[in-house]
Parts: sequence; C-alpha cells; structure tokens
Amino acid sequence: MSLFPLQLRDVTFRPNGRAVLDGVDLTLSGEGITVVLGPNGAGKSVLLRTLCGLIPPTGGTLDWGGGAFDPLAVGMVFQHPVMLRSSVIDNIALGLVPRGVGARERRLAGMAMLQQIGLADRANDNARQLSGGEQQRLALGRVWLTRPRLLLLDEPTSSLDPSAVEAVERIVRQIRTEGTKILMTTHNLGQATRLADDIVFLADGRVREHVPVRRFFSQPASAEARQFIQGELPWHLAF
Amino acid sequence: MGGFSQAFAEAFVLLWRFDAQVLEIVLRSLQVSSLAVLIGTAVGLPLGACLAVGQFPGKQTAAVIINGFMGLPSVVVGVVVYLALSRSGPMGEFGLLYTPSAMVIAQVVLVVPLMAAIARQVVEDAWRNYQEELAALRFGWWDTVRVLLHDCRFSLSVAVLAGLGRAMSEVGAVMIVGGNIDRATRVMTTAIALETSKGDLPLAIALGIVLLVLILLLNAGAFALRTTVMRRFE
Repeated sequence: MSLFPLQLRDVTFRPNGRAVLDGVDLTLSGEGITVVLGPNGAGKSVLLRTLCGLIPPTGGTLDWGGGAFDPLAVGMVFQHPVMLRSSVIDNIALGLVPRGVGARERRLAGMAMLQQIGLADRANDNARQLSGGEQQRLALGRVWLTRPRLLLLDEPTSSLDPSAVEAVERIVRQIRTEGTKILMTTHNLGQATRLADDIVFLADGRVREHVPVRRFFSQPASAEARQFIQGELPWHLAF
Repeated sequence: MGGFSQAFAEAFVLLWRFDAQVLEIVLRSLQVSSLAVLIGTAVGLPLGACLAVGQFPGKQTAAVIINGFMGLPSVVVGVVVYLALSRSGPMGEFGLLYTPSAMVIAQVVLVVPLMAAIARQVVEDAWRNYQEELAALRFGWWDTVRVLLHDCRFSLSVAVLAGLGRAMSEVGAVMIVGGNIDRATRVMTTAIALETSKGDLPLAIALGIVLLVLILLLNAGAFALRTTVMRRFE
C-alpha cells in the first residue's frame, strides 16, 4: 500500500495552548526531495516528528494515500544522531533489530551499506569516535537500510563542514534515486537549491508556500518568504 | 593488646597454610553469593530496565517500592524466606530449609531490588537520550530494553558489584534460612559471627580478611575491565 499522496489537513499541535503547528495543510507526492524552510520556531522539526509518529497532533488529519499509517515505511534522521556504545557495524544495522533480522544477516546488510556510504574501513571502530560528518552518514545509512518509503531529515547537515555536507548530500541524492520520498528541513538555502524539487515554506506554524524550488527563489509569493530569502524576516517570526 | 596481636598472627597462619576449614567456608560463600548474583542479574537488570522504559499505570509506585526495597533488613527477608520454606510454608514440600539453596533464595530476594533500582536509574538516563532515535527506528519496548541493557553494560557493572557486595556481606538472612550448619551451610559471614561469639578470634579474623580482600579484588577487577572496555566504546 502506497503512503502517497500524503495529505495533511488542518494539522495542529498546541502543547500548553501555544500553537507550534497552526492548521497545516499540505499534500506531498511520493517522489523527489521536498525541503521545508522557515525561521527558527516555525514548526519545521515538529512537523517532521508528527509525520514520523513521534508527536501526536492535537488536531487535524493525516491521510496516508488512503491507507493506514505504516510506521515501518517512515524513517527519520535527527540533527544530532545518537550512536550506541558499540561498533560502527552494530550501529548501522541497528534499525534491522526491530524488524526481526538475524544477527548474521544484519552484519551482511550492514557491511553492504557501509560500502555504499564509504565507511566500510571503519566497520569495527567505535561509532562514537567517528567525526560529526561520518556519524551523520552512518545515521543516514542506518535508516536507509530499513528501506523507508518516506525519509524525514531534520537539519542533517547543520554544524558540518563543507566536505561533510557534500558527502551527506551525495547520499541523500542516492536515496532519492532509489525511489524514497525525502522531506528535509534545513537553514542552508544553498543546500535547498541544490537538493530540493519543491519547497514548503513554514512560518508561525502554517504553510505559507509550497512551490517548485526555482519558483520559490525567483518569485516568492508571500512577503514572509521574500524577507526570509533576503535574510530580513521580522524578529517576531524568528523567535 | 597482646591477645589481639596473637589472634591476628594466628589468623595469618591459618591463611598461609590454606586451612581446609577456611577454604571450605570461603568456597561455599562464593558459590552461594555468585549464584544469587547471577540470578539477581538475570532478573534485576531487565526488571529495572523495564521499569525505566515501560509505560504503565503505577510505574512511579513500582519505582518507589523497588527503591524502598533496596534497604530491606536482611533479618526480615530471612524470616519471610524461612516461613516460605518451612514445612508448613508454601514451598515447604521442596525441603530447602537449611540448605545452600535456601541461602541463595534469601540472597536473591535481597539483591534483586538493589540491582533493579540501580539498573532503573542507569537505563532511564540513557533512555532520555535515545528515546526519539529508537522510537523512529520502530523499536518496541522489549527490543529497547535489550539494546539499552547492552548499551549501559559498563554502568550496569556497578549494579552487579553492589549486588555481589550485598550478597557476600549479608549475615542475618543466611543465618536464619541456612542455620549456619558446619560443613553444610556455614559461610564466611555466619562463621565470623559464630567464631567471634565463641571467642575463636583467629578463624573469625582470617575469614574477615578473606572477605575484605575478595570484595576489594572483585571491585578492582571490575574497575579495570570497565576502564579498558569503556576506553574502546566511549
């Protein structure tokens, strides 16, 4: 059963009465990379956590292609991935544990994935001693190994150096090529231009624009989007 | 003072000669306490982890009870286990009273809450860091418990050591359910208590020295192992 089109209708999240998501309406197709842009506090990370099933929305509906939400088909990579106190190979195969894959098969699949993300020579190293960029690649590979249909990336390259960003972006493109829908947040407008097929612009917990990437940057429809691109977003939206 | 020095001197002679009586008591102590800690580890650590990770009504109450049971008076445990194992008790038919098995049972009752309480705290701290990541990878509670127990293995060695320390130094419960029978259920702590009351200080001191040295060695060994392995995975 396909997850798409994924339709969000009037989705709200109001912890303690404060609207973090304030009536989000959004339709996502099953292909390509959608980048969610917006100022700090716009609700980007909460939106991704809601789609991942980590946060139950306060209101509204999520329609997963007319079917039920399949948690095994949705994966998420966080801004600061957590590495277990174990080897790189153990960490990359971690997502296969709840899927009932045996230890030997996990190891084989993990090695193949490490080859793909360029960490095969570090397989037996302590995962916590990898650099930030390597840990993020490992986190991506860990989720990719579970073959999600929708991959949610929450600022996966913040605080990485340019070469590490490039390596992560290469993997993101590879995952996309395999047919996984990617929804990611970033503050890096250059990265959005390089990766995105379409842009969702979020401000004050609402979707202000959802348009193809070229159109967003050349003809932003809303005043907020224009100001955001020019780095002049009013302070009350940024905090 | 002279009698005190003489008692120490005689104690060291007993140890130097590997006195058969001392050796037998030491080995029995190790057997009983090791088995109790083994069972305590198998029960207490998963129990503590389940309390940390699980979401169920009465979770806080369960945590308070487990924490409270850390300080269970060993004589109370001894009496309860005695009543359970005595002829008219619910487990009387097994005929375990005044056997090493009864002592193991009493020690398990003592160490499980201690180990579970430490494990709960350690795993709960780790769980706060890993919760979202494991939930996003779709870990169920049992897989989460297994992964966290493995991940916290270095910190959990403290729980095992605490359990071993409690089991080996415990005297009240094993005295009641074991009966301190010579060549059957006499262990270091009960022998020390008995020999001191009899005035046979050299044997009591010799056993006391062995007990102290064993506990120090176990702690030092665990510390060294923990430091070495942590250096690799921290």
